[in-house]
Amino acid sequence: MSEFLPTLSRRALLQGVSCGVGSLALGSLLAQDLPAANQPANPLAARPPHFAPKSKSVIFVHLVGAPSHLDLFEHKPALNKHDGELCPQEYLQGQRFAFLRGHPRLMGSKFQFQPRGQSGLVISELLPHLATVADDLTIIKTLHTEQFNHAPAQLFLHTGFGRFGRPTMGSWITYGLGSENQDLPAFVVMITGAVAGGGNSLWGSGFLPTVHQGIEFRSGGDPVLFLSNPPGLSMTDRRRTVESINQLNQAQLADVGDPEIAARISQYEMAFRMQTSAPELMDLSQESPHTLAAYGAEPGKGSFANNCLLARRLVERGVRFVQLMDEGWDHHGSINTALPKKCREVDQPLAALIQDLKQRGLLDETLVVWGSEFGRTPMLQSDREQAGRDHHKDAYCVWMAGGGAKAGATIGQTDELGYYPTEDPVHVNDFHATLLHLLGLDHERLTYKFQGRNFRLTDVAGHVIQKAIA
Amino acid sequence: MTHSGLFRFAVCFGVAVLLTSPAHRLAAEAPSPDRVDFVRDIQPILTARCVSCHGSDEQEGSLRLDSRSIVLQGGVSGPALLPGEPEQSLLLRRVLGLDDQERMPLDDEPLAEREIALLRRWIAEGAAWPDAASAADAKIRAHWAYQPPRHAGLPQVKNAEWVRTPVDAFILARLEAEGLAPSPEVERSRLLRRVYLDLIGLPPSVEEVEAFLADDAPDAYERVVERLLASPAYGPRWARPWLDLARYADSNGYQADQYREVWPYRDWVIRAMNADMPFTQFTVEQLAGDLLPEATLEQKIATGFHRLTTCNVEAGVDPEENRVNQIIDRVNTTGMVWLGTSLECAQCHNHKYDPFTQKDYYRLFAYFNNTPLEVKGDGVTYDFIGPMMDLPLAEAQKAARLELQSQRDAAQQELDAALAARAPAQAEWEQQAAANLAALPANIKRIVNLPPGKRNKKQQNDLTAYFVGLDPAIKALKEHVAALQKQLDATQPPTTLVMIEDQPRQTHVLRRGEFLNPGEPVEPGVPLVLHDLPQDAPANRLALAHWLTDENNPLTARVVANRAWAEMFGQGIVATEEDFGSQGEPPTHPELLDWLAVEFMRSGWSQKHLHRLIVTSSVYRQSSRVTPELLERDPYNKLLARGPRLRLSAEMVRDNALAISGLLSEKQDGPPVYPPQPEGVWRHVGRNAPKWSTETDDDRFRRGVYVFWRRSAPYPSFVNFDAPDRAACVVQRARTNTPLQALTLLNDPAYLEMAAGLARRVLTERAGDNAPHKLDYAFRCCVARAPTEQELRHLQDVHDRELSHFRANPQSAKTLLGKTPVDDLDAAEFATWLLIGNILLNLDETITKG
Repeated sequence: MSEFLPTLSRRALLQGVSCGVGSLALGSLLAQDLPAANQPANPLAARPPHFAPKSKSVIFVHLVGAPSHLDLFEHKPALNKHDGELCPQEYLQGQRFAFLRGHPRLMGSKFQFQPRGQSGLVISELLPHLATVADDLTIIKTLHTEQFNHAPAQLFLHTGFGRFGRPTMGSWITYGLGSENQDLPAFVVMITGAVAGGGNSLWGSGFLPTVHQGIEFRSGGDPVLFLSNPPGLSMTDRRRTVESINQLNQAQLADVGDPEIAARISQYEMAFRMQTSAPELMDLSQESPHTLAAYGAEPGKGSFANNCLLARRLVERGVRFVQLMDEGWDHHGSINTALPKKCREVDQPLAALIQDLKQRGLLDETLVVWGSEFGRTPMLQSDREQAGRDHHKDAYCVWMAGGGAKAGATIGQTDELGYYPTEDPVHVNDFHATLLHLLGLDHERLTYKFQGRNFRLTDVAGHVIQKAIA
Repeated sequence: MTHSGLFRFAVCFGVAVLLTSPAHRLAAEAPSPDRVDFVRDIQPILTARCVSCHGSDEQEGSLRLDSRSIVLQGGVSGPALLPGEPEQSLLLRRVLGLDDQERMPLDDEPLAEREIALLRRWIAEGAAWPDAASAADAKIRAHWAYQPPRHAGLPQVKNAEWVRTPVDAFILARLEAEGLAPSPEVERSRLLRRVYLDLIGLPPSVEEVEAFLADDAPDAYERVVERLLASPAYGPRWARPWLDLARYADSNGYQADQYREVWPYRDWVIRAMNADMPFTQFTVEQLAGDLLPEATLEQKIATGFHRLTTCNVEAGVDPEENRVNQIIDRVNTTGMVWLGTSLECAQCHNHKYDPFTQKDYYRLFAYFNNTPLEVKGDGVTYDFIGPMMDLPLAEAQKAARLELQSQRDAAQQELDAALAARAPAQAEWEQQAAANLAALPANIKRIVNLPPGKRNKKQQNDLTAYFVGLDPAIKALKEHVAALQKQLDATQPPTTLVMIEDQPRQTHVLRRGEFLNPGEPVEPGVPLVLHDLPQDAPANRLALAHWLTDENNPLTARVVANRAWAEMFGQGIVATEEDFGSQGEPPTHPELLDWLAVEFMRSGWSQKHLHRLIVTSSVYRQSSRVTPELLERDPYNKLLARGPRLRLSAEMVRDNALAISGLLSEKQDGPPVYPPQPEGVWRHVGRNAPKWSTETDDDRFRRGVYVFWRRSAPYPSFVNFDAPDRAACVVQRARTNTPLQALTLLNDPAYLEMAAGLARRVLTERAGDNAPHKLDYAFRCCVARAPTEQELRHLQDVHDRELSHFRANPQSAKTLLGKTPVDDLDAAEFATWLLIGNILLNLDETITKG
């Protein structure tokens, strides 16, 4: 190593480096001997929020395809009463449907609802575990979106815009706050089932620097693409090669003096650390049998339960934004059998996640969100045997838990069919403004200049839902 | 937004101050019964509420409300005042929020009713405005980018010897003014590698470097430049940035993200680049090739440019909404690519910062509004049906296809005859079958049990199909027809997406940009702030294309020259390549930008000429070494006192490594290819989603521009190196430096295959050399220069260490080599060189143009 000592003073080199695309952390190798004030700008370094935050990290669960709010959280006795009747005309005026044709009939819920916990929040029998943590939930019953098809609505949910090209919530938040952990990505995505129609854009960084894009952790194969060494190469072998690369890069740095090379060296160090930290993170066998059982997780398996447990392990390690995507909720048909099945997959792990975070004192600083691109119609799709529900964008339910959300609160009311908001409608922009607020970010101040304009996650709208905040 | 917050504060403050002025107090307490007085009643309103955006500092919409003459003459929206006609005056209409425009003042409280009443009365009374109260000599400062570029004289410089080309004079003049000196010329091997990567996107071979180093002729470098400009490898290199602009991809985007066949357009771009097609023609053919008289096949292929928009075929999609979204994308893309302007804002309201109105936007929209729907659905299933064109087959293919067609037709006739002969027997068979139900499959049993009148069409068909299938001769005939059909399908001519004019539609301003909310009708036309269309210009895309490349267009040549500059130096003379408007960065060297633009047009819009101008300059040939002083003075190298040093683009990182490893296939044209990628990257929701099937032949090693581009999941190693998803026009790619890039180069099996390729090259091409010579060769393959003594010593240590490691652990060597054919090479040695190749392909210098 000594033969490659740079001829330039490291400090002199670093003075010119400021934040911008391409200059990531100058890692330990160069930065350790600098006073804090001279530390080069690392776009993923933790940054202070605009004001005191309630929450430090987010676990955003996206039930891809859109679960039926009318069978889970929105109990509508009138809908049951009018089951099988033709849908009143006024609900059909000016509406578009994916599959419904002609004059559809109403369909009540086949499932039993009852009030739960102190708050009396009504939850259906399909989510018995979640019912046990009802008092930790803040439910919004009047979320509405502008998009009606899956992919555009998914984009709208994550970016506040129905077409491609905008940054997602997770990337806005890591852009605003950086990360508490430099050995793992700041924004992690985990997927069960097929990838949603919006594709990689649902965790993309849009026009923000690409360091803010979500990194997919995979349950099969490498947890991160290209993480593991080729067969025949041990970690010791890899350490030797990375050291060689860095020493040769160091020699080049000494010759040409480009700080990008210093950044490259630190990225190789981080890559090497990730090769250890990511598998360690993914190794659920370190969890107690009690914890595994609570979630229904099984080490080595790809499941939503495992992802929930991994989400806890990620936020525990300071990862800022964890996005869980679970596909299979697009119940145009067979809703009475398919929905209970999907609920069984997510109910226990989600309840366990909330309880686990609470026990570890993490729920106060972690916001857990149940979200989807839209809701479903009170009208029946298909015949009664194959019963399903179509897409519905004008009112649906999402909930939050922890992270400064007001536990036990219900925001908004809908009409007797759960079709339109009658009180406190919440637009996706409002929802985004609220999430940012809980993280100590003012949605009007979190801007990025692109093409001559200051862009925001909430575009030119959005109001914080004060009633949802503890 | 922050801006509006501040603005609001400023305005409130202004009002507070005004309230203390006696004149205003009077007006506030009792509106005067006599005539409205401008100085007393109107000017305070304008001053407090309007002139911060429409005054001496800023002139949004090219309007000033502190000058009578400008108010009467008007800004981009027309005269602001018609004395005597308050209801027709824009000044009043806009504060009332009429005409589908956002109410003024923008992002601020509306005017008070009393203030509006005063304005109305004042205009009705004739809008008297004393000269003394009108700003003297008020001018609208025209933004630089909307003035035509001028060929200014070359600046004087002290160090005239350094100036090789006019480009140098502009850069040096600024450096001298800043008290900086240019860097010395870069070493020749590095220069050669730099210009190879810039012009053809591939590194020079060791032999090419040696030949160049040995060439003492004064024009040695210029001859290399000419050779590279003429190389067929130039096209794929320079097509790549254009394909980002064109949002070229091989899939539709959205749910399912199905395959679309449009690769002939990609090949057209590559051919056009290689042929140095004048940018004027390049523009016209892409925007309106179909409208040219006697349009050729090639000109029609070129129109694929605006067919590269995404398309949603999800259930329940509204085909008209989809079509409108596509047109919006076409307008926005045209604005970014040719005008360096984001027009998007004007979709919903007049542009807040630049002089483009919402009407301007929909006038452009109207040019594209005659295209057909691209989605068709039956209410449940929707398909992509956008206009496509068959490409001609070669004569032999055509003949083979005709032959197959006639065979298929003959077989079909035979089958039809057999079916007709068999039909009468069905009724009898049904009776027998009803008596012997147990022998039937369940579904057929159900149908047989239904009375014939109760069967639906599908059931009837299923039953007939089952019945005729019982006859072995018919079964064989059916299989024969199917086999011939399959062969025929396999010889289908390729298709490509093209632009066509469908029915003319009346375009309307869309209120708030919503397709179901049409406002006033508009006709095709260009933004009023820019040069006029010729008097006789037809109202079609062809006229628009000619207008974009008219010599009077102040933007196009500058925008193109700036992008070429940015591609070489890492940032444009205007750093915001996508925004030449008032919110963009001003040019660092405005005279140079103008000179390049004018020279570009003068050369007949030759992109190769532009590239030649840049790479033959002394500016380009500087060393990229950074001194601490320079780093402090100019961290981003805006002044160019040093040469460019930039990480290669995603595709180039791979192309470069493929060339180094000796694996690169330079085959051009044809359908997209599937190089190795990890399992499970493609697993998307939806019908007819494409499948990844890894190539097993040389197509594994084709250049990145040919790799299948799926919008929802582009090639993962490209994504890690900042490739966009190509769902929308991208002008500037990010250039990041991340651990995922390290992991990709270290562990992606594709890169290990390349490391093995380099190992094989070294071991076979330099079989007789000793290790230091082999190392020297491998090093020069990667970075063109020879290693320093230190570097060589370090690599020698690696070599010795790894060789003894693999000799001691032969199993590790075997595992590492995996399926790599070792032939008669020594496995331990091969594994050692594979590891050395892995190290060399990971060097910062290898993935950097320096």
